[in-house]
Amino acid sequence: MSTNESNAHLTTPTRLTGAEIVWATLVGEGVTDVFGYPGGAILPVYDALRKFPIHHVLVRHEQGASHMADGYARASGKVGVAIATSGPGATNLVTGIATAMLDSIPMVCITGNVSSKVLGTDAFQEVDITGITLPITKHNFMINRPEDIAPAIRYAFQIAKSGRPGPVLVDITKDAQQATAIFDFAAAKPAPYKPHPMLHCTSEHLAAAADLIRNAKRPIILAGHGIMRANAMEQVRTLAERMQIPVGTTLLGIGSFPASHPLNMGMMGMHGESWVNNAIQEADLLIACGMRFDDRVIGTPATYAPNAKKIHIEIDPAEINKNIKVDVALVGDLHHVLEQLLPLLPGRDGSAWINAINSSKGTAAVRDIRNLPDSGHLYAAHVMHDLWRITGGNAVVCTDVGQHQMWEAQYYRHDQPRTLITSGGLGTMGFALPAAIGAKIACPEKEVWVIAGDGGFQMTASELATIVQEKIKINIAVINNGYLGMVRQWQEFFYERNYQSTPLVSPDFVKLADAHGIPGIAVRDRGDLEAAVDEARGVEGAFLINFLVEQEDSVYPMIPAGSALHEMIRRPSHNPLIEKPEDE
Amino acid sequence: MLHTFVAYVEDKPGVLTRVASLFRRLNININSLTVGRSERPGLSRMTIVADADESAANRMRASLYKLEVVVEVDDIGKSASVTRELALIKVAATAENRSSVFELAEVFRARIVDLTSESLMIEITGVESKIEGLIQVLNEQENRVLEVCRSGKMTMRRGQHTSRVLRALGAVDGASAQSANLLPEAYGEPEATEPE
Repeated sequence: MSTNESNAHLTTPTRLTGAEIVWATLVGEGVTDVFGYPGGAILPVYDALRKFPIHHVLVRHEQGASHMADGYARASGKVGVAIATSGPGATNLVTGIATAMLDSIPMVCITGNVSSKVLGTDAFQEVDITGITLPITKHNFMINRPEDIAPAIRYAFQIAKSGRPGPVLVDITKDAQQATAIFDFAAAKPAPYKPHPMLHCTSEHLAAAADLIRNAKRPIILAGHGIMRANAMEQVRTLAERMQIPVGTTLLGIGSFPASHPLNMGMMGMHGESWVNNAIQEADLLIACGMRFDDRVIGTPATYAPNAKKIHIEIDPAEINKNIKVDVALVGDLHHVLEQLLPLLPGRDGSAWINAINSSKGTAAVRDIRNLPDSGHLYAAHVMHDLWRITGGNAVVCTDVGQHQMWEAQYYRHDQPRTLITSGGLGTMGFALPAAIGAKIACPEKEVWVIAGDGGFQMTASELATIVQEKIKINIAVINNGYLGMVRQWQEFFYERNYQSTPLVSPDFVKLADAHGIPGIAVRDRGDLEAAVDEARGVEGAFLINFLVEQEDSVYPMIPAGSALHEMIRRPSHNPLIEKPEDE
Repeated sequence: MLHTFVAYVEDKPGVLTRVASLFRRLNININSLTVGRSERPGLSRMTIVADADESAANRMRASLYKLEVVVEVDDIGKSASVTRELALIKVAATAENRSSVFELAEVFRARIVDLTSESLMIEITGVESKIEGLIQVLNEQENRVLEVCRSGKMTMRRGQHTSRVLRALGAVDGASAQSANLLPEAYGEPEATEPE
């Protein structure tokens, strides 16, 4: 079957096997790339793949497939697709599905299952994957008839990308893949999408919100991930610029508002900048856009922004008043809501409040590592700052989870949406490398960097082989401090420096890359950093840099769990690692 | 406090699991849950009674709506409604001491629906407190309660306020038509939870 023939299925009802229907439906949904791993119960689907114009990326572990589909979705805004076999293939997807669920990423996972005749008999590689993924998917399907495949997959795409996006799993028995049915793409279209019935944005509420904004003296916009999901970057920017309101971003909101914009204060929350968190505590109005007042952002509910009225613009009604009670809730699509709200906001002079925030940065800036004496010793923060400078801030950066993730968020300044890809809600170590592969496949023209710690990198390092097999160009920065750094930091601060199970022996990452045919270099001094990064960017294929950074560095500022935003541990005013405390 | 929801859900395998799993995930205990066919083809009607903070009502209702299998959710709240529960109660009773049970049944307007030489079975319909009252009195008697089977609560709004009428009136859904409350009051207070 040629490409034309397979596309003809989309317009003319044709008898196909269930396996062919899977691919034909994916083609019809606009899918060009999938990430997967074959196995017995999904073999009919793999057998039919050669007939369809879809590129399959063979992963090394199914967790990689779900993270790649996730990275693909985050980088492109499209729906990512992962495929796995039954049993262990399906369960290996689970961490990636939960990661996508917590961060509202549109993703469709297709799994094979044993034949319907033996379902429920504990057959070889049988597992109840729809049961297992029930709480970590928006919805899932168990399909055992070929005629149900196309409607289920089409419905899955609609669910994955509508409302608050998220992952959907379609489990298909082997006999349904083998049997035939009439494939009618048009007839398989789901019923029109019905928005959540509790969406709520009346003119009364818009007027109330506009009133609060017009009369606020110390307002702040809290910019979240939902801005990018709703494609409301322009509207948020208009709101900020017209009403002269400073902006703080969440971790996943980085990129939704340009980092270099004078109104962008930076990241809020547990490792947010002191002036952002202090400003939130002093604010008289918070305008939360597409964010959910996560516990990492608010410190404690009781002490959060005590003087502020709160406007919450959010698509998920279940998030309203969940952690923080708000004064006005505009429950709907952010893009749509702001389009209605902006005409009510003529403009405003916000200079006094902006000046007050800017002047409060003074002492914090002195404590910034960029302003401390540079002994040439390598700190992770240096790596992030220099990477940002050398790449011109234009790279798509995929980070793992831990200290390096926070330093990246602080020191790599993202001006463009969808250029920071990171696991925020679930905090999944091992995410960066596979997510970067997905991002690179989605955006081959973009410069893609993996930034991972030595711990997380080893969780999914087997995907190095996938990079080689796919012949893709990804630059990898391992931030190697010999510890599970963020856990060590907590042990240092809250567990009396009992470094239980955090020192980490790692392989020589340069040799590990070399074994995969990926060149690499180790960097110990800041003076060697730029040459190494230049080399990485210059080579044709993938490149790995093993940054051997200060081992016992900590991320500042830090709000201890359960404390208020203003009760943060500030950056030391000296470098405690090279200067003695009595210098202070 | 106890929250009562009436939910119309698709009549398909696994739907009950999805609803039950949601409450488990939200860490909310279900006190009772009854399901049966509704007046609408292909849809079942559930009455769900759950014990949670007053503020949790919005989150429960909004989360129920996020399930693809849920078509409609009505938060009965404090609105006028009829609630009934059915219980079958088996009591140890012999010819010598069963007459007192007959008397009790009369007082509680219950019926004796089975009788053997060793036991008898009472059928009682009513609000929860009435059923609890009968069980309590039976427990205070020498007749031992052998088995209790309770249906859980079934609830319906009084008058014409059925979901279908509300929809015909152009209301998007039951609860928002019931209360003209402004958000976020209608959304309840946040739960007092401390994050890790």
